[in-house]
Amino acid sequence: MNRFTWPLIIFVALVGLLAVGLNLNPREVPSPLIGKPAPDFKVAQLKNPEATFSPQEMRGKVWLLNVWASWCVSCREEHPVIVEYARKGLLPPVVGLDYKDKREDGLAWLSRFGDPYLLSAFDADGRVGIDYGVYGVPETYLIDKAGVIRFKQIGPITPEVMEKKILPLVKELDK
Amino acid sequence: MIPELGHFALLLSLFVALVMGILPLAGAQLCQHRWMALARPATTAAFLLIAFSFGCLTWAFYVSDFSVLYVASNSNTQLPTMYRLSAVWGGHEGSLLLWVLMLAGWSLAVAVFSRQLPEAMVARVLGVLGLVLAGLLAFVVFTSNPFDRILPPPAEGRSLNPLLQDPGLVYHPPMLYMGYVGFSVAFAFAIAALIAGQLDAAWARWSRPWTTAAWIFLTLGITLGSWWSYNELGWGGWWFWDPVENASFMPWLVGTALIHSLAVTEKRGSFKNWTVLLAIAAFSLSLLGTFLVRSGVLTSVHAFATDPRRGIFILILLAIVVGSSLMLFAARAPKVSLGGAFALVSRETFLLVNNVLLLVTCGAVLLGTLYPLIVDAFGLGKISVGPPYFNAVFVPIMLPVLALVAIGPVARWKHDDLKTILGRLWPAAIVAAAAGIALPWLAGGWNGAVGLGLALAGWIGAALVSQTADRLKKPGAPTASWWGMQLAHFGLAAFVVGVTLVSNYQEERDVRMEPGDTVMVGGYTFKFLGVREADGPNYRASVGSVELSRDGKTLGTLYPEKRDYGLGSMPMTEAAIDVGFTRDLYVSLGEPLTADRENGAWAVRVYFKPFVVWIWGGCLLMALGGLLAAADRRYRLRVKRTLPAPAGATA
Amino acid sequence: MKKKLKKFLRGGAAALAALMLAHAALAKEAAPLAEDPAVEQRMVKITEELRCLVCQNESLAGSQADLAKDLREEVRGLIKAGKSDDEVREFLVSRYGDFVLYRPQVKPVTYLLWGGPFLLLIAGIVALVRYLRRRNRQLTETPLSEEERQRAEALLKDNRP
Repeated sequence: MNRFTWPLIIFVALVGLLAVGLNLNPREVPSPLIGKPAPDFKVAQLKNPEATFSPQEMRGKVWLLNVWASWCVSCREEHPVIVEYARKGLLPPVVGLDYKDKREDGLAWLSRFGDPYLLSAFDADGRVGIDYGVYGVPETYLIDKAGVIRFKQIGPITPEVMEKKILPLVKELDK
Repeated sequence: MIPELGHFALLLSLFVALVMGILPLAGAQLCQHRWMALARPATTAAFLLIAFSFGCLTWAFYVSDFSVLYVASNSNTQLPTMYRLSAVWGGHEGSLLLWVLMLAGWSLAVAVFSRQLPEAMVARVLGVLGLVLAGLLAFVVFTSNPFDRILPPPAEGRSLNPLLQDPGLVYHPPMLYMGYVGFSVAFAFAIAALIAGQLDAAWARWSRPWTTAAWIFLTLGITLGSWWSYNELGWGGWWFWDPVENASFMPWLVGTALIHSLAVTEKRGSFKNWTVLLAIAAFSLSLLGTFLVRSGVLTSVHAFATDPRRGIFILILLAIVVGSSLMLFAARAPKVSLGGAFALVSRETFLLVNNVLLLVTCGAVLLGTLYPLIVDAFGLGKISVGPPYFNAVFVPIMLPVLALVAIGPVARWKHDDLKTILGRLWPAAIVAAAAGIALPWLAGGWNGAVGLGLALAGWIGAALVSQTADRLKKPGAPTASWWGMQLAHFGLAAFVVGVTLVSNYQEERDVRMEPGDTVMVGGYTFKFLGVREADGPNYRASVGSVELSRDGKTLGTLYPEKRDYGLGSMPMTEAAIDVGFTRDLYVSLGEPLTADRENGAWAVRVYFKPFVVWIWGGCLLMALGGLLAAADRRYRLRVKRTLPAPAGATA
Repeated sequence: MKKKLKKFLRGGAAALAALMLAHAALAKEAAPLAEDPAVEQRMVKITEELRCLVCQNESLAGSQADLAKDLREEVRGLIKAGKSDDEVREFLVSRYGDFVLYRPQVKPVTYLLWGGPFLLLIAGIVALVRYLRRRNRQLTETPLSEEERQRAEALLKDNRP
């Protein structure tokens, strides 16, 4: 071991770091909202424009807020998963948030692909999305009885995410 | 059929590269002349096979053979021929094949231009290149085969990313890769010298022109990339500190340090270990850049679609190539002699300080580039490190480098004293002070940043002039490489002027323009004449017309475009630029603000960019300086004089 | 800082002058795109240093993505509501995390990032000084061998044109 070994040592550390880095996803940005109260809002419902929805109404329940849109391609990948799990009764109440959409497009989308939602709130201008830090639809928030966000899925929910992350957490929160 | 031939040639070239990598190296160790003699023919064969393979892929693009998956994903029939052909390197697999082709090309060049080198040296250099080539070919063959078929073939290919449909794609990647890959030659020379235990002035002299050549290509490649983004992105930025830009900038910084350090090693026999380490580092950073771009560990505009297997493969390759080189270095370096003595005040010391500063800069860029990864790896969250960080860190370290550029060449080798040096530099100091104080006033208002920038540029420029005058008074014409150095340093001064002025005096205006509206920016009047719709080969364009005039005199018309390539891609902005020696006038078309596209109002962004071409002009001068240095006669006339030297060179 | 402020002021004044001219010359001088150039200047200054989450490699100021447009509008609103630059940044960080900041905040996680280059510089200088000292010592201990001297001479002669 001499001073000429230093470059090698530094290089080995670098390779170790890069090896760890290979297993990370740089595009996935964790939400700073996890562990914080879900931001409040009050917007019209999609199917019933006269009625409104606010997260306050879900107090005392564990529930999912699923952000979707008719223009969103990967939502079509995700939607059957939610429909399937909701049909089997495995899911807590799921509230949809139709994000930056046209009302008729959103309604058409639901009648075409199925409506697993308790109701869908309608976020025409995307303001609710901004408060929730939405940046890539679909996104899904798991909110506990006290109204605190416990988990956020960025991108489509796959059966794997459902089984390994969401359902166990729902079970735990439901206790 | 042709893609299969290409694939077969690729497999064959992997085999040939293994022969080229193993036998000559073993032959040099065991004094087997027949094995050593294989180096050149194997190199030629590897090059021809890879070139053939590359030709096959190009053919598949030319005839739009969509049964080849890579062609189907990166090209379509609508694409103009020029872009269809350069789409060969528009994606991961093809650009890697280009990488490999360049490596084989450099190896062939070494094989051809090394007639005067000792047999064992040639065998070792080509052997090392062969091993690297084999590693990369294995990467292509096992993880990134560009000839994979897709069945049934789609009727039409997916389009090439519109951002890449620019002449920049034709020139930028090949140039950049030539530079990246070119450092492999300096690397191979360094490893060969370490294996042989012959780190001497002759070795430095042999690797110098190769290093300079690679550096020229890298300089040009980076310059072209910068020019491309200036044209393409619609707001006239020329450097973004994007991870991939950094990946090409780091080898450039180390390569620049290497060129300077090689000068000392060749002339004075000093810094041998340091030079070897830099040669290893420059190529390692090229490989690291390849890893960063292709593994998906960092997000970047340039990043290719990622596949975890690729990341692992290339990381292992990186670990083997660089790890074994550094081990060899650690084993051999302690025995290397120190070379000529020099005093504390001497050109050697100044060059060493320059090297330290360049390396620190490179380290800072590396730290900033990898820091998000470090934070993430330790589970501490996600952060971004962007231009504000790099500018804050880069500029202060560069200032002393610029100050030294004037001092180094004035100082004498071996021994000098500060008084004499200052004596030679006082005219430059006066010019610098004048430039720093007076010019900003003339340019439009004094501020510290402009003052400092212009003072440093003046300092470098004036020192160059006075040094050149001194040199010409002495007998004998200076060598081409001396002129090359002067030119490159002059280019640096021009670059500094460009950066300083454009970042401080640029003017921009975002306006709503209806036909007939005018806007004044930087003393020029821009008159919007309207927009017409036009069809390009594979896009629809809205072409605006903007008439330029100054003091009532019409200067010409610019045609900024907004292009829609369809397929759900974002509209592309094609800025129109009136390039000038002292200013660029830059117009980019924004969104239409009314339903009537042809006669309605548009958002238009107009820039006045003083001296911005000096940025690329300066870089071109640097490259040109490199060319002069590499073309120096002494690299060609060395045959008889240096041949006896290597004997017993290790002390 | 000063530079930016000056630029900002100059830009604002120029834009204001342009606005006045536009009113005077009716459809001759083009109107600034922004309703309020001063707000726009501040918005650009803030969003230039923020990262767009959708494309991830463009600043919020430069991005054409829908979300970026919405966020720029949001920032304009916040500025008009009298929020300070820091408050605007905090608004975005609380929703999207530190990831949006191109200029990482100075806090324990980033000490190494901000201090690193200067540590490197110091380490470089220390290493350089130590190297020069050791080198001098070694060279005075073992002067050039005759052979080395000859080679050095030959090389030097070689380099003279």
